Amino acid sequence: MLELLVILVSAVFVNNFVLARFLGICPFLGVSKKVETALGMGMAVIFVMTVASVVTWFLQYFILIPFGIEYLQTIAFILVIAALVQLVEMVIQKTSPVLYQSLGIFLPLITTNCAVLGVAVLNIQKDYTFLQAVVFSMSAGIGFTLAMVLFAGLRERIDLSPVPQSFRGTAIALVTAGLLSLAFMGFAGLVKG
Amino acid sequence: MLASILTLGGIGLFAAVALGIAAKKFAVEVDPRELAILEVLPGANCGACGQPGCGGYAKAIVAGTMPPNLCSPGGAETIEKIAHIMGVEAVSANPQLAVVCCQGDNLKASLKYRYLGLEDCNAAQKIADGPKTCPAGCLGLGSCMRACPFDAIEITSQGLAIIDRDKCTGCQKCVATCPRQVIKMTPASATTHVLCNSTDKGAQVRKYCQVGCIACQICKKTAPEVYQIENFLARVDYAADGDVLAAVAKCPTKCIRDFSTGYPEGSSFIAPNAPAKTPEEAA
Repeated sequence: MLELLVILVSAVFVNNFVLARFLGICPFLGVSKKVETALGMGMAVIFVMTVASVVTWFLQYFILIPFGIEYLQTIAFILVIAALVQLVEMVIQKTSPVLYQSLGIFLPLITTNCAVLGVAVLNIQKDYTFLQAVVFSMSAGIGFTLAMVLFAGLRERIDLSPVPQSFRGTAIALVTAGLLSLAFMGFAGLVKG
Repeated sequence: MLASILTLGGIGLFAAVALGIAAKKFAVEVDPRELAILEVLPGANCGACGQPGCGGYAKAIVAGTMPPNLCSPGGAETIEKIAHIMGVEAVSANPQLAVVCCQGDNLKASLKYRYLGLEDCNAAQKIADGPKTCPAGCLGLGSCMRACPFDAIEITSQGLAIIDRDKCTGCQKCVATCPRQVIKMTPASATTHVLCNSTDKGAQVRKYCQVGCIACQICKKTAPEVYQIENFLARVDYAADGDVLAAVAKCPTKCIRDFSTGYPEGSSFIAPNAPAKTPEEAA
């Protein structure tokens, strides 16, 4: 139990996917102009990460390892994640149009999100059990959402601030992202590993 | 080697079959009319209709929340096609084109101060309400030119925006950008416009602009059914039927201009009804 808690705190704060591992920077900068959309994207990522890690975990231990083709891990994972996101998109579109309306535009973005592939690969690299893998990927998604929402909140305020002309837009966003990342470095040492 | 090919191929095949079945099973019925309309729309995603893109507009037409005649870049042809798809009568939108209602370039209108800041009208407007003495005239720093997605606006060497009506699609991006609301939407069929935006009294206008409207009422006397004076500024009633051109020659400051003869000097402006320029003339 304690072990799972350590994994959770580690993935959310210490080894935050965006701010410490620098994975998934593209949606982090791309859809963080409003807190609302950032939250929507975050929720979609949590969901996809969890489902993807379940599927890839089974793929690794029941197909790749028995056949002795672990070296195909990356390409197989990409294949499965892309197909999975497509499937999830179709199912949501049919079953819950409201949810699709709010997530719809973000789901295709997640297909090629390196954070999702990252979490799937790390699950294997760290030799996590199935339960550990699920907790790790869910908390990685939560960490991603936390970073997104914090950053979106900052950007909403920056938009109203007297930022010098030459710093407007992406420039100040990148500076802010760097500072936010530095702030998260303060969590280092809270959990080992 | 064989195992890896088969496994990866198998995963791919499985995913493809699963997705194929899912696509059938979870197919969401999209109105075929929506796809047909999307096909007809120009796909510029310019936002002139009020939707962020053509897809949203197609959806709104089918849902019945928006009329089919709002696509100005597509023109009459597109409207007709959409109306055909929807099975309704084509109602032309009476296309609107943008006109810069100002002739006071840096030679004809006086300046309060020399502006040396950013080449941007919105920035200039924030410094003591802009460098022009006229509170409503064109600043000529080209914010509208940069906003125009169709490359229809140019800035003359004397700092005045002019709009090429051939290229203008009526998307209103420039109208939204202009800090002084100098650009106005006018019916595409109209040729005569009052090219002034100042609501100051005549005596004051005379002090800062050679070509501003001084509200002398001469146009109103010449063609009362067409011209009105509001806030010391003449206005053409585009819907009214009357001798619009009669006032053009009589206007003492020449701020009423007949666009079929071109405007202003040296611009690439072509009136919608004027005969096309021959290559020699254009050169």
